[in-house]
Amino acid sequence: MKLALGPLLYYWPRQQVFDFYEAIAQAPVDIVYLGETVCARRHELRVQDWAEIAHKLTATGKQAVLGTQTLIESESDLKTLRRVIDETGFLTEANDMGAVRILAAEKRPFVAGPFLNVFNSATLALLARLGATRWVMPVEMSRDVLRDLQAHRSAGLETEVFAYGRLPLAFSARCFTARHFNLQKDDCQFKCLEFPDGLLIRTREQQEFLTLNGIQTQSSKVYNLIGEVDDLRELGVDILRISPQSRHTTELLDIFRARLEGSLDAAAARTKMAALALAEPCNGFWYGKPGLDQIAA
Amino acid sequence: MLTGKPFELVCPAGALPALKAAVDNGADCVYTGLKDNTNARNFTGLNFDDAQLREGIRYAHDRRVKVLLALNTYPQTATWNRWTAAVDKAADFGVDAIILADPGLMEYAKAKHPQLRLHLSVQGSATSYEAINFYYEQFGIQRAVLPRVLAMAQVEHVVKHTPVEIEVFGFGGLCVMVEGRCALSAYVTGDSPNTVGVCSPGKAVRYEQTAAGMETRLNGVLIDRFAEGEKTGYPTLCKGRFEVNDETYYAIEEPTSLNTLELLPKLMEIGVKAVKIEGRQRSPAYVAQVTKVWREAIDAALRNRQNFSVREAWMAELNKVSEGNMHTLGAYYRPWK
Repeated sequence: MKLALGPLLYYWPRQQVFDFYEAIAQAPVDIVYLGETVCARRHELRVQDWAEIAHKLTATGKQAVLGTQTLIESESDLKTLRRVIDETGFLTEANDMGAVRILAAEKRPFVAGPFLNVFNSATLALLARLGATRWVMPVEMSRDVLRDLQAHRSAGLETEVFAYGRLPLAFSARCFTARHFNLQKDDCQFKCLEFPDGLLIRTREQQEFLTLNGIQTQSSKVYNLIGEVDDLRELGVDILRISPQSRHTTELLDIFRARLEGSLDAAAARTKMAALALAEPCNGFWYGKPGLDQIAA
Repeated sequence: MLTGKPFELVCPAGALPALKAAVDNGADCVYTGLKDNTNARNFTGLNFDDAQLREGIRYAHDRRVKVLLALNTYPQTATWNRWTAAVDKAADFGVDAIILADPGLMEYAKAKHPQLRLHLSVQGSATSYEAINFYYEQFGIQRAVLPRVLAMAQVEHVVKHTPVEIEVFGFGGLCVMVEGRCALSAYVTGDSPNTVGVCSPGKAVRYEQTAAGMETRLNGVLIDRFAEGEKTGYPTLCKGRFEVNDETYYAIEEPTSLNTLELLPKLMEIGVKAVKIEGRQRSPAYVAQVTKVWREAIDAALRNRQNFSVREAWMAELNKVSEGNMHTLGAYYRPWK
């Protein structure tokens, strides 16, 4: 199995992003997803900046993939989308069907991203015919549903599973971070820059619940399939996706790599990860349970 | 096939009595679902069995009202046949269109029933003309229902750039998240709008009177707490009060309804084809009341768009049935974002 670093879902200052990917260039990861996939207002890096990082990573032997924005609202969003596809020359992760349309029309291979809602073999086969060479399972999907899809998967189509990180659960037109500061989205003062791992929501009895990340809502818990690596391998999953966090990402990649190579068992990996995690782990989705559950493997 | 009107009122029919209420009060179309997880209102006691669907279609068609069938959840491989059987049934029973979200299922419908009209469900999350035109080119969809995320100018831009008819939500419960792109209910309860057709399901709900007030929980997670005298709301998980940086408030959305009555002339002017009323889970009385008001308003706007004004009586009627007795223009009004 290969390791992928998912797109940076948060908004960090420009230099921090460049420094982060300098470190990633040395990390044991095979594929790196880049680009702004959450919010059109985030502009510390432009498309050409992402392409520059992609070139650097490619030079170290990694595969760079540029992701498209998940929620497209305006013509200016579409312009950015076309630039990501047409001007960078890198493989694209399509995060909505508009991107799929453009990529298919240009007969370009693409990655079918996790928000395309691929839940059955017919839809997966259709995307493969349109040019998908890889698909990323929806985060809410269980291993049992995945097993059926794997059984009918088109030849040459790679399967990637979100295996570590706060779960991207929902998108909205509304910015919840701006709302917290009583600001409108159009005048958000880029408050997301103050929250490198998102803004925590607790219940009224102080239970950590969700994470606000601009227009995206994430889990507060950290989805972690380190204990399910054997399961993933048996199902023929090709790639595990680790989602960036502001600290310890390279150490987390080291642990996953060691686990994949068999030099670290699941229990030891879990112990090491506990010190690096943003919050408690969860893995319920994998078992077809509420996502916030932690099921013993 | 019934001929189309210049601007259609599409009303919810959770069951036969609601269907009749919608038809009797001026709906141009009603939308329905079957009694299983093939639709996004998979609630106990709701929806249509075969006999009820046949009766509903007969009742509506006799009064020149169209019947749409929502098959707008995402089928999974193991249960794929349930969804294709539902598509076959829709064609066999003579519904006027089916409302789908899953591309694989659209491909099936197009191949097997090329005469059957396809609408793209709001659950398909198509927010741009590029996405809508994808479904048009691949499957020949004739209408798309827009997620509740676009501002008015953005809706207009979509209409201008697609041959597909555009339907928008006009009234009812408001999803603050992009439909089809929300796994919050799955995260908390295990039941997902995408695959099971429910959000914050009743079986996961608990009301508890405590010393601190009435508490509402969803699978054990505290969604809200109500002081004495406060009206207790259903714990839809995005509409609870939570703490962010020690401040307690509706961190995601207030319990409120979408109401776009005042935007009707503008929606007509920019070429929107139909307006949809949310609420298949609501009572026949709700459907009757909301349909009646919207029928009057649409007729008034069709007669004279320039001089259209919202009557106080209409708003009073609609506010009576709004969630939390509040309403909002949602994303159509840009500052809401």
